[in-house]
Amino acid sequence: MIDVDRADRIDGPLLVIEGFGQAGYGELVEVHGPTGTHLGEVLSAGEDAAVVELWGDTTGLRARDLRVRFRGEALRLGVSREMLGRVFDGLGRPRDGLPAPVPEARLDVHGAPLNPAARDYPQDVIETGISAVDGLNTLVRGQKLPIFSGAGLPHDELASQIALQARLTGGNEDDAFAVVFVALGISHDTAAYFRERFAASGMLGRTALFLNLADDPPMERIVTPRAALTLAEHLAFEHGMHVLALMTDMTNYAEALRELSARKNEVPGRKGYPGYLYTDLAGLYERCGRARGRSGSLTQIPVLSMPGDDITHPIPDLTGYITEGQIVLSRALHRAGVYPPVDVPLSLSRLMKDGIGEGRTRDDHAEVAAQLFAAYARVREVRNLALIIGESALSPTDRTYLAFGTAFEHEVLAQGMDETRTIEATLDRAWGALSRLPMDELQRVSYAQLTKHYRDAREERTRGHA
Amino acid sequence: MSLVGHLIQVTGPIARMRTVAPVGVLEHVLVGHDRLAAEVISIDHDRATVQIYEETVGLRPGEPVHGTGHPLSVVVGPGLIGQTFDGIQRPLEVVREAQGIYLRRGAAAGLPPRRWRFTPALAVGDVVGPGAVLGSVPETPLVTNRVLVPPTLRGTLVRLAPEGDLDDTDEVACVRDAAGAMHVITLLQRWPVRRARPFRERLEPDRPLITGQRVLDTFFPIVRGGSAALPGPFGAGKTVLQHSLAKWSDAQVIVYVGCGERGNEMAQVLEEFPALVDPRSGRPLMERTILVANTSNMPVAAREASVYTGITMAEYYRDQGYHVALMADSTSRWAEALREIAGRLEEMPAEEGYPAYLPSRLAAFYERAGRVTTLAGDEGSVSVIGAVSPPGGDFTEPVTQHTQRFTRAFWALERELASARHYPAVSWKGSYSFYADNVAAWWRAESGLDWLALRRRAADVLEQDARLEQMVRLVGADALPDRQRWVIDVAALIKEGVLRQNALHEIDAFCSPAKQVRLLSLFVELHDEGASLLELGVPLMQIRERLDRGRLTRLKESVANDAPELIDEVWHETRRELASLRRQAEEQAKGAAA
Repeated sequence: MIDVDRADRIDGPLLVIEGFGQAGYGELVEVHGPTGTHLGEVLSAGEDAAVVELWGDTTGLRARDLRVRFRGEALRLGVSREMLGRVFDGLGRPRDGLPAPVPEARLDVHGAPLNPAARDYPQDVIETGISAVDGLNTLVRGQKLPIFSGAGLPHDELASQIALQARLTGGNEDDAFAVVFVALGISHDTAAYFRERFAASGMLGRTALFLNLADDPPMERIVTPRAALTLAEHLAFEHGMHVLALMTDMTNYAEALRELSARKNEVPGRKGYPGYLYTDLAGLYERCGRARGRSGSLTQIPVLSMPGDDITHPIPDLTGYITEGQIVLSRALHRAGVYPPVDVPLSLSRLMKDGIGEGRTRDDHAEVAAQLFAAYARVREVRNLALIIGESALSPTDRTYLAFGTAFEHEVLAQGMDETRTIEATLDRAWGALSRLPMDELQRVSYAQLTKHYRDAREERTRGHA
Repeated sequence: MSLVGHLIQVTGPIARMRTVAPVGVLEHVLVGHDRLAAEVISIDHDRATVQIYEETVGLRPGEPVHGTGHPLSVVVGPGLIGQTFDGIQRPLEVVREAQGIYLRRGAAAGLPPRRWRFTPALAVGDVVGPGAVLGSVPETPLVTNRVLVPPTLRGTLVRLAPEGDLDDTDEVACVRDAAGAMHVITLLQRWPVRRARPFRERLEPDRPLITGQRVLDTFFPIVRGGSAALPGPFGAGKTVLQHSLAKWSDAQVIVYVGCGERGNEMAQVLEEFPALVDPRSGRPLMERTILVANTSNMPVAAREASVYTGITMAEYYRDQGYHVALMADSTSRWAEALREIAGRLEEMPAEEGYPAYLPSRLAAFYERAGRVTTLAGDEGSVSVIGAVSPPGGDFTEPVTQHTQRFTRAFWALERELASARHYPAVSWKGSYSFYADNVAAWWRAESGLDWLALRRRAADVLEQDARLEQMVRLVGADALPDRQRWVIDVAALIKEGVLRQNALHEIDAFCSPAKQVRLLSLFVELHDEGASLLELGVPLMQIRERLDRGRLTRLKESVANDAPELIDEVWHETRRELASLRRQAEEQAKGAAA
């Protein structure tokens, strides 16, 4: 630990101390000034100067009236299982007025990459109780599956519903399930909404909340997800828990990164975001998965709002390249009153294929999902055609697609905000929708599955109408 | 190993040092007390800049830098196959045993020591040149490792190990060069990672690299020794397709480089490959595969090195006379690593922040592909398939654009196809291959059919279909004349029955060339037959009624690769069905005439 009693330049979050050559790259720095204590880390360690990046707000900091303490190690977070049920600030300090839990270990918040050869391939499903996820974009333990949303779309509702309903299939391991909730620059209202929903459902006890709210220092946002994921990794790989990390809103995180990058005079990449945005995001998103010889898992659901609903914007674009699929929300479906408004063609779960099927979910799952995707793609074409030539001019087959489309959106996709459906129920509903189509249109399902489910679903439906 | 200098500044993966002894550009150096792997990238008087291949947190000015005297190198020798390495060739399984589930700094490199059964192929006193085969060891049941004289050495064999077991660091042979100097050769040898290994001459491509993927082999083929680019937006299936290529390509050795991609994908490869069986040899795929896994959260400088590590190992097996295929997923992450490092070096950015040397680096990489005569006079090849991840799926960005210039097959993946779950989502409108003419003779000899013509006719149907698509969108297919609706019908059959392929299906995951040609031929013949019936005045409805479209499009899944003649049988049946329509039409025509 070394103390220096001055800084030579202060430029926003950057502090330069000239003539000081003993800093270590990346080490934790504490700055004690008249306005309180700030944390930061060494950005450049030179023999003639050290450059420090501060995470807090530097307003009022004076160059000659402060003490800079170099801590000799990177930022560490004390982690423990007792942190479940607690609320922390963006740097992992208690925010609920209670004393900090006694740490079981103090870990570098930057973490270390999992050795690819030590990973286990994720293959066990998490049942979310939501048809659009379980049926079409199945979530697997150890997966990172973001929600791409837009301003005004119900991503908070969906994310919290997933966090509340999520359960492991095959076995009663509920006490091994934990949620780490990470708020990144969201409003107090939104944070309160999440807290209330967790509390109302009695789930607060299995949840640790890390809150960096909209009026907290943006630079702190760089640390918040790292601190939270450090706890999540500890719970998953040391305590054998199945941890779901929910991070919202990653767009605020990326903007803090851009702001910091601009302050550092770095060469900007697309839309002013730094060229290392991919590597930086990957450093967060890749902190999930399963590890050989460890029983737990770490699953991530990052939530991000796409600026201007543009999926090619750098934040969703780079996220999509790193994560194992994405759940995209559709403004059109939202306007049509469908909740959750999941944009089916654009959504995808890459790990679904190995997590579903006989012995895992149900033997017809893969075929039904493929058929729904294909048929729904056709629905969109037929709807476009109907706009031009009118519904009455459509061929009889095309009209069955319109019926299927409506049934699919309202009976399969749509569900209540508190409604939990089993995967079984979701698949049965899917057959109900598919049974609106003539049998020979169902090319993606095998004959065996058709005979098993198609006629039943059709009869079930006619009985329902009678 | 000697002290060459001290650090004066550390910024992420880049550090500057003051030298106290000479170092070379690209010299492999060890930085700091933890001896982190690094490489010298520039020298300015007594200052040098180094790029560090490991996490640098905690590194301080003043820490020592040691030189190794040689450039950053790849160790080549038996034992590479079946391993998973990081970007600078540390075997990850060895690292896991030493460090646990997380990667920590300062991991020891080096293959686990092994003994090999060596069989000599020459005798003491023989005059040997570069690349001469001294003998061999059985590396895996699929690959016999040929022990070569290093590419720079020529002389007389003064010692050669007899048949027997050797450690990989034992002397295999000793060669006296013209100047009288003695050179000891071991099983493990070094080669600088950034230098292409030499060969005697480059050969014209002559036969396809069969990938077992119909849309590629049939429509956009790649050759042994060729290069292909695989661009696509996220979610279009680049990685699944790269995995399929690694599984089913008929190369003898596969090098798969996971460059800046997902950890779970590498876990999938590691789980799947040992269990999968090569359709040609019946042996586990891992017995011919080398993996390089530098995932996106591993150090960025090692990501930059990973493609070179991969291709150097590929060339090493090429030099033994093997046909090698290298898949790099994704070259965009490699380019981004270049950009990130260039930014840290405060270099002048060119397009979109990439350094000005991006095109020349890409060109140099893809030029390492080729079919060659090796130094020993054998034939070997390296084929390179590079995935590209263009931001926003925009193919006009620099990495896609430059890659397109240096590769001869372009497999564009399309988001629309992926959204409709049509995989592989290779666009038949946006893709191309310049190799079709090179491989036409091979296909003709293999199948006895005029492959080039069949392919052109099928492409023509798809082309017409693409033109009609606009019209269908406006007025619906039912408003078109029968002739055009037939084109749309057949195009749909080709898309479903040929282009679409199920990577997860037991039979369909790999399609043999014989089966591919027969499927293609079936749909082309069907098109012609149908068109001629329509000429005769047979209504389209009747043709449709006689066709079991589900059966035709499922042939890809129902017919085993070793029984392609079943496809011909189905075609004969279908033709008989249609023949009755022809008779009716002809009788009607006669009746009308009478």
